[in-house]
Amino acid sequence: MLLVENLTKSFGSNTAVDRMTFEVDRPMMIGIIGRSGAGKSTFLRMMNRMTPASSGRLVFEGTDVLQLTGGGMRQWQSQCAMIFQQFNLVPRMDVVSNVLHGTLNRRSTLGTMFNLYPTEDIHKAIDILDRLGIADHAAKRAEALSGGQQQRVAIARALMQDPKVILADEPIASLDPMNAQIVMDALRRIHDEDGRMVIANLHTLDTARRYCDRVIGMRDGRIVFDGSPAQLTVGVARDIYGADETFSESATSTEIREHTGHQARVPA
Amino acid sequence: MSLSPNPPHDPRANYIQMMQRKRLYGGLTMAIFALLLVSGFMLANDRNAGGFWSGLPHVLDFPADVWADAAPKVDQLPGHFLTFFPSLLETINIAAVSTLIGAAIAVVLSMLATRGLALWPRAIPVFRRAMDIMRAMPEIVIALVLIFVLGGGPVPAMIAITFHTAGALGKLFSEVNENADLKPIEGLQSVGAGWVQRMWLGVIPQVAPNYFSYGLLRFEINIRASAILGFVGAGGIGYELKNAMSWGLGKFDEAAAIFILLFLTIVVFDQLSSRVRQGLIHKGGH
Repeated sequence: MLLVENLTKSFGSNTAVDRMTFEVDRPMMIGIIGRSGAGKSTFLRMMNRMTPASSGRLVFEGTDVLQLTGGGMRQWQSQCAMIFQQFNLVPRMDVVSNVLHGTLNRRSTLGTMFNLYPTEDIHKAIDILDRLGIADHAAKRAEALSGGQQQRVAIARALMQDPKVILADEPIASLDPMNAQIVMDALRRIHDEDGRMVIANLHTLDTARRYCDRVIGMRDGRIVFDGSPAQLTVGVARDIYGADETFSESATSTEIREHTGHQARVPA
Repeated sequence: MSLSPNPPHDPRANYIQMMQRKRLYGGLTMAIFALLLVSGFMLANDRNAGGFWSGLPHVLDFPADVWADAAPKVDQLPGHFLTFFPSLLETINIAAVSTLIGAAIAVVLSMLATRGLALWPRAIPVFRRAMDIMRAMPEIVIALVLIFVLGGGPVPAMIAITFHTAGALGKLFSEVNENADLKPIEGLQSVGAGWVQRMWLGVIPQVAPNYFSYGLLRFEINIRASAILGFVGAGGIGYELKNAMSWGLGKFDEAAAIFILLFLTIVVFDQLSSRVRQGLIHKGGH
C-alpha cells in the first residue's frame, strides 16, 4: 500500500532524513517517535509534498507521489490529509468554513473565493463536527475555541478531505492531557471505523504504545526501530532517544492514570 | 572600583570637562550647518529670476486680491458652490475609482512580491522593482503624457493615479503580508488548495483590516492628487480652479468658492478616514 524507499532530505550539508525505508501493506495506525530534530516532521512534510524530497521514492498504491507536480500533486495532497501541532486553521473564519476548506481541491477557485459551497458539503461538515463532539461551536470563529477544540476542527477538516491517509505532526504536543486523550481517541476511532491509514509523530512513548499498531523510532534521520508496541522496551527507547539509564518514561508521561500502577509496568 | 584606565581624581571636574567638550562640538556643528544653509540660500537667490527679497512682500497679494474680489460678492458663494459641485464629484470619483482599481492591482502585486507567499519566488525582485517604478513616477508626469496621447478628460487622470497607487499600496501591502501568520496558509496547502485559494482564504482574512486602513489613507491622498491633475487638463475641480484663476480679477469669487469647496472636502475625508481607521485598528487589535 505504502512503500518508502531510500527517502532522503538534506538541507545543505545537513541530512534531516537519511535513506528512510519501510513498507506498509494495509491501513494501520503508525506512530513515529524520536527526539526533536530526528526528522519526523520532515518525513511527514515530504509525504504531504509540503517539503520537496532530495532523493528516494515514496510509492502509494502504485504511484510515486514524489514525481507528481502541479494539479496532480495537489490532488495527492487532498488524498493525504495533514494535522499540525499548531492546528493551522484560519483564525478569523468560522469553524464550518475551516472544515469546508478540506474540499478546496475538488471545487473551483472562483466558487470557493465567494464561499459558495454546496449545501450537502455544508451538511457533511456539520455531521463530521457532530461526530467529533463540537457541532455546537459550528458558527464560532476558529480563534474563539480552545486548543483541544481547534485540533478537533483540524481533524474535521482532514476528514472532510475524505483522505486515504491522515498524517498527524505532533497532534497533541500543545494540548493538556485531557484534550490530548480526546484527540488521540478521535484519531484511533477514525482508523478503526473508516479504515484510513494514520501516521502520527508523537513525543510521548506511552501514547505511541497505547494507540498505535506499529511504532517507528527515528534517530538523526535514520530508522532505528520498527516494530510492534510490545517490542518497544525501555532499552530500545533509550536507544532511540540516545539517553542513559537515568531516562524514565514515567517522568514525562502525560497520561492520566494511577501513578503506582504505571511505575510497576516499567522494568528498571 | 573604577573601570577607566586612569581613575579620575575629581569626578566632578572630569564630568564638567567632558560636558564642555560636547557643547563645543555641538555648537560647531550647528554653526557649520547654519553657514551652509545661508550660503546656499544666497546662491539660490542670485540665480532666481525674480529674487526672493523683492518677491517676499508680494506673497500675500494674490490672497488679498481674491479676498477683495470675493468679499463683496459673498451672497453669490452658495450659487458658485452649486455650480462647481458636479466637478468636485468628478474629482472625488476619479480618486475613488483609481484607489479601488489601484488597490486591487496592489493586492496581487504585493502577494507576488512577498517572501513566503510568492507564486514564483524567483520573480520577487521583478515585481518589487516593478512596484518601485510605478511608485517613482509622479502622477502628474504620467497624466501629462496620457493627456498628450488620449486628450484631456478624467480617464488619463484615472489611469495616472491608478498606476501610482498600485505601486505605493503594493509596497505597503507587501509589508503587511510579511507579518501574516504562515500557519493557516500551510494548513490550506496541506489540503491541496491552489495559490489563489491559499491567498484569498489564508492571507486576506488576516490582513484585510490593515489593507483597508492603508486604502483609506491612499484615498485621501488621491483626492488631492486628482484635484491637482485638473490643472494640467484632466477635468474635475482642478480644471475649474485653473480657469477661474486665469480669468483674473473680477472672477476671483469663483476661485474663492472652489478653494473653500476643496478645503472642506479634504477636511471631511481626512476626518472620516481617520475615524474609520481608528475603529479598525481598535477592533483588529494591532
